[in-house]
Amino acid sequence: MAKFKLPKNSTLTKGVTHKADSAAQNVKTFEIYRWSPDDDANPRIDSFEVDLDRCGPMVLDALIKIKSEQDSSLTFRRSCREGICGSCSMNIDGTNTLACLKSIDDVKGTVKIYPLPHMPVVKDLVPDLSQPYRQLTSIEPWLKSETAPANGEERRQSPAEREKLDGLWECVLCFSCSTACPSYWWNSDEYLGPAVLLQAYRWIADSRDDHKAERLEALDDSFALYRCHTIMNCAKTCPKGLNPGKAIASIKSEMAQR
Amino acid sequence: MTAYEITDHQYDVVVVGAGGAGLRATLGMAASGLKTACISKVFPTRSHTVAAQGGIGAALNNMGEGDNWQFHMYDTVKGSDWLGDQDAIEYMCRNAIPAVIELENYGVPFSRTEEGKIYQRPFGGHTLDHGKSMARRACAAADRTGHAILHTLYQQCLKYAAHFHIEYYVLDLLMTDAGECAGVIALCMEDGRLHRFWGQQTVLATGGYGRVYFSCTSAHTCTGDGNAMALRAGLPLQDMEFVQFHPTGVYGAGVLITEGARGEGGYLTNSEGERFMERFAPTAKDLASRDVVSRAMTIEINEGRGVGPNKDHIMLHLEHIDPDTLHVRLPGITETARIFCGVDVTREPIPVLPTVHYNMGGIPTNYHGEVLSPTDGDENAVVPGLMAIGEAACVSVHGANRLGTNSLLDIVVFGRAAAHRASETVTAGAAVAKAPQSATDKALDRFDRMRHANGSESVAQLRLDMQHAMQRHAAVFRSSESLSTGVQSMDKIASRMGQLGVADKSLIWNTDLIEALELDNLMGQALVTIRSADQRQESRGAHAHEDWPERDDENWMKHTVMWLDENNKSKLAYRKVAMNTLSNDVAPIPPAQRVY
Ligand SMILES: Cc1cc2nc3c(=O)[nH]c(=O)nc-3n(C[C@H](O)[C@H](O)[C@H](O)COP(=O)(O)OP(=O)(O)OC[C@H]3O[C@@H](n4cnc5c(N)ncnc54)[C@H](O)[C@@H]3O)c2cc1C
Ligand code: SF4
Ligand code: FES
Repeated sequence: MAKFKLPKNSTLTKGVTHKADSAAQNVKTFEIYRWSPDDDANPRIDSFEVDLDRCGPMVLDALIKIKSEQDSSLTFRRSCREGICGSCSMNIDGTNTLACLKSIDDVKGTVKIYPLPHMPVVKDLVPDLSQPYRQLTSIEPWLKSETAPANGEERRQSPAEREKLDGLWECVLCFSCSTACPSYWWNSDEYLGPAVLLQAYRWIADSRDDHKAERLEALDDSFALYRCHTIMNCAKTCPKGLNPGKAIASIKSEMAQR
Repeated sequence: MTAYEITDHQYDVVVVGAGGAGLRATLGMAASGLKTACISKVFPTRSHTVAAQGGIGAALNNMGEGDNWQFHMYDTVKGSDWLGDQDAIEYMCRNAIPAVIELENYGVPFSRTEEGKIYQRPFGGHTLDHGKSMARRACAAADRTGHAILHTLYQQCLKYAAHFHIEYYVLDLLMTDAGECAGVIALCMEDGRLHRFWGQQTVLATGGYGRVYFSCTSAHTCTGDGNAMALRAGLPLQDMEFVQFHPTGVYGAGVLITEGARGEGGYLTNSEGERFMERFAPTAKDLASRDVVSRAMTIEINEGRGVGPNKDHIMLHLEHIDPDTLHVRLPGITETARIFCGVDVTREPIPVLPTVHYNMGGIPTNYHGEVLSPTDGDENAVVPGLMAIGEAACVSVHGANRLGTNSLLDIVVFGRAAAHRASETVTAGAAVAKAPQSATDKALDRFDRMRHANGSESVAQLRLDMQHAMQRHAAVFRSSESLSTGVQSMDKIASRMGQLGVADKSLIWNTDLIEALELDNLMGQALVTIRSADQRQESRGAHAHEDWPERDDENWMKHTVMWLDENNKSKLAYRKVAMNTLSNDVAPIPPAQRVY
């Protein structure tokens, strides 16, 4: 059954406005979703005016500046600040992306920031990702092979075989794609979603893996795989330029060729 | 003190950290049948190892140049400026080969040669036959090698069903009165509850502390928490004055451009368009060791040959490299240059600057990963129940300067070594020593102090002041004056910790509180770093001292060991550098002039 995951208190209220320094010349407003589990208050939208002349170029820079100077309780995940750890995924200006790769200048007018959609919120911009993590584990995302070379060498893989993994292995597990997918919103307990299916195909496509048939068999389920209706939001939103929709199509075609 | 409800967990081994080091150890320990917990403040694949770009060093000789592990060992000893322990270096370079093959067998998507073997590229300081020519030794997965390795290790840990405790922030070690480590105490960020993890063996794999400096390539989470826990447990840190500046951090943003970019043919120029590295390192040129290149760049800038309106940076050129090569071998940095400095690398050079990158210093260990705490009688005394691996540890394989690719190697080889050791010393299911209640109380006392801190200093401001002081006083070049001023100004900054204020009073996902705890951790390491630098009267590797410009083997070929007590008083000692090898397959490498 489809389950709606609206937060307990789903009516947004207007929150606090934090003014920029009066001397600031180049001010941009950031409207940010706030919610804390500690009280019964509804989620609210706080406004922060940021002096862009004294701020780095990316949305993450602005979030850090706000946390440092205006409201240290603002809560979000971040680590690498260079788009490789996948921590800072959130919805910015209507699109799921990584805050550290999203240039402030790319957003016209007010910058609106929400947590990844349709995920339970832990606090502010921090979503609970335990469901996609569990789904990732469920596809057994590790090399399965009984044929490791006995002479203590690496398995051989030609450059052409290796190239088949490009566009798959670089995924940073930010789940921007899955949480942009309407099919995933409504069926996330059964449909694996684009991020996890991309991972599934990463192993199906690896010439070193001996369990392709078994992997395809495990995906042959009307919900796990076939809930993809090629809406392609995933490819549009992926901040790493990957195309999970194409990977899903490849799984389907491998499935058909069995 | 607030009365907290604490949940207790019993394990054979408790690993703190899920970067490359922590995951390699967890995997080996879980696979050998030990009940293993792995605790991390971030989801494993978000650990800093994911950012490593260029490669992992191993003399596989896949490029058919006659490379061998003895050459790798020579380069590493020379790179360390003879401060590295030769027994540990032999262990690492020799085990590099099986450790990297193992990674491939686990599924790492390495780039490939035409024959289908792991692709290897040149890297700074890696040579054939003792410096005769450059070696291709860095095993690479494009320029995202850390990502490839970290994700694969996490996948293998899933296969062996290791117990992960994710987004748990470890506060402190739990030590018995006899000085044995019995486990750790941690805060679950999601629900704000406290947990104790008891184990026969605790492994710190908490990474480096790059965030002590203002401009660094390291992630926000690189706060050296494990190092600080060791200090609070009365254990010393070693060689903390040795901080690596990577030559090519992006000017302004600080993000890294891998040395592999120079390995693929990139080179540096000054404002006159001169390839100045030819002057400083006639043989290795742009691929000399990192300390050498960073010093050369700093000299060029200091002498007025920097680029840009403020003459304050250097240019890195890749535009002469075949675009196909850039696409296949360096896709990550191509993207980084575009996003972070608007540069199309096929047409224009990248503005770069030496940027803090790696901590050679850390918790002293032997090559099994066991933590050492020198006593009067025994400078190699082992702390029972405690291991340290990865960037948090100082084995020491990097000495005064780490070679590129040797850190990914270090984390994998010593993660593996720790697992081997634990499978010998830990008995599955055996009883665990418990620390007295006072150990928990001490940790909670600090936790409460931070949680209820209501002074006037903000975490962000104090952190910034510390970072600026360190950047100014303990940089690429140091002098007696800069260091003694630095020591004083750091003392002042550290004394302001008592006036800290934490606004968020919640216990759930309270990053204001976590950042305060991290700042407290950074502060101790900053003090130890600058004081260790202040006392070393010579120049060696990354420690370039203007008033003591020569290396002084007679007086200073020794490891600095420093303790720090709760009143920020430090105690200093030294340990000998191991000049012996482990086997007869290689002779100890005697100190020599370092020329590239
Ligand atoms: C940009 C960049 C590129 C690099 N490229 C290369 C390269 O090409 N080759 C190379 O050899 N080296 C490279 N390095 C260096 C190398 O990546 C690191 O030294 C290495 O990855 C460190 O691994 P680690 O496992 O020790 O620590 P990390 O990967 O930093 O992991 C630390 C772990 O500890 C956990 N942790 C820390 N504190 C706590 C706490 N209080 N509670 C719970 N968990 C905690 C974290 O969550 C994390 O899981 C690079 C470094 C940088 C910055
Ligand atoms: S495919 Fe792209 S959007 Fe989806 S999880 Fe991976 S990196 Fe994120
Ligand atoms: S902080 Fe790592 S991806 Fe944004």
